[in-house]
Amino acid sequence: MTGEDWLDLAAQICLLLGAFLSVAAGVGLLRFPDALSRLHAATKPQVLGLMFVVAAIALEARSFPTLLALAPVILFQVLTAPISAHMVARAGYRTGNFRKELLLVDELEDAVEKATRENGSSDIGQGRP
Amino acid sequence: MTLIFWVIGGLFTVAALMALYRIIRGPSILDRVIASDVLLTTLTLVVGAEMVYNGHTRTIPVMLVLASTAIFATVAVARYVSKQDREAASDEAPSSVSSPVATSDSPVGPTTEGDRP
Repeated sequence: MTGEDWLDLAAQICLLLGAFLSVAAGVGLLRFPDALSRLHAATKPQVLGLMFVVAAIALEARSFPTLLALAPVILFQVLTAPISAHMVARAGYRTGNFRKELLLVDELEDAVEKATRENGSSDIGQGRP
Repeated sequence: MTLIFWVIGGLFTVAALMALYRIIRGPSILDRVIASDVLLTTLTLVVGAEMVYNGHTRTIPVMLVLASTAIFATVAVARYVSKQDREAASDEAPSSVSSPVATSDSPVGPTTEGDRP
C-alpha cells in the first residue's frame, strides 16, 4: 500500500469512529432513564464525533485551504454546544426532569435552599428576588 | 473499500432512527429537544461522511452553518420550558378567573427579566 492508501484508510477509520459515537448517543437516548442522563449521552458526538469526521475530511482532501475552511466548523461547534447543553440541563433541573435517587451530590439544591432562606423565594437563576 | 462505507452508513442510519424514536416517544419536551439535537448532529456528520465518500469539499459551508445554528432551537425551547414551568407554578396561587389575563400578560414580564443569565 502506498502512502495515499494509508491516508484513505485513516480517513475511513475516523469516519467509523464518528459513526460509532453517533450510535452510542442513540443507544444512550433509548436506554437512559431521565433527561439529564440522555443529555450526557447526546453530547458525545456533538464534539468528538464532529472532530473525527472533520479529521476524515482533512485526511481525504489533503490541502491546506480545506483545513483552514474546516477549522471554523470545530470552533463554532465547540463554542455553541456547551451553551445549549447548559440551557437544557438547567431547564431539566428546574422542571424536575431527573431522578433524585440517581444523584450522588446535589449542590444546586443547597444553593436553592440558601436563596429561599435569604429571599423568601425559590427562584434561583431567574434573577428575581 | 466500499464495505466500510456501507458499515458507516448503516451506523448513521441506526443512530438517526434511534433519535427519531426518542423524538416521537419522548415523555417530556426536553427529551424531544435533546433527541432532535442528536438528529441534527448525525445529519452534520453524514454531510461530512458524504464529502469523504465522493471526494469533494463543496458542502463544508453546510456543515459550518449547521454547526453554528444548531444552538438556537435548543436554547429557545429550553427557555420556553423554564418559563412555562415557572408560570404554571406561580399561576396556581391566584384564582382561576384571572388566569387568561395572567397568561396574556405573562410573555412580557419574564422576557425582560429572563435575559439575565
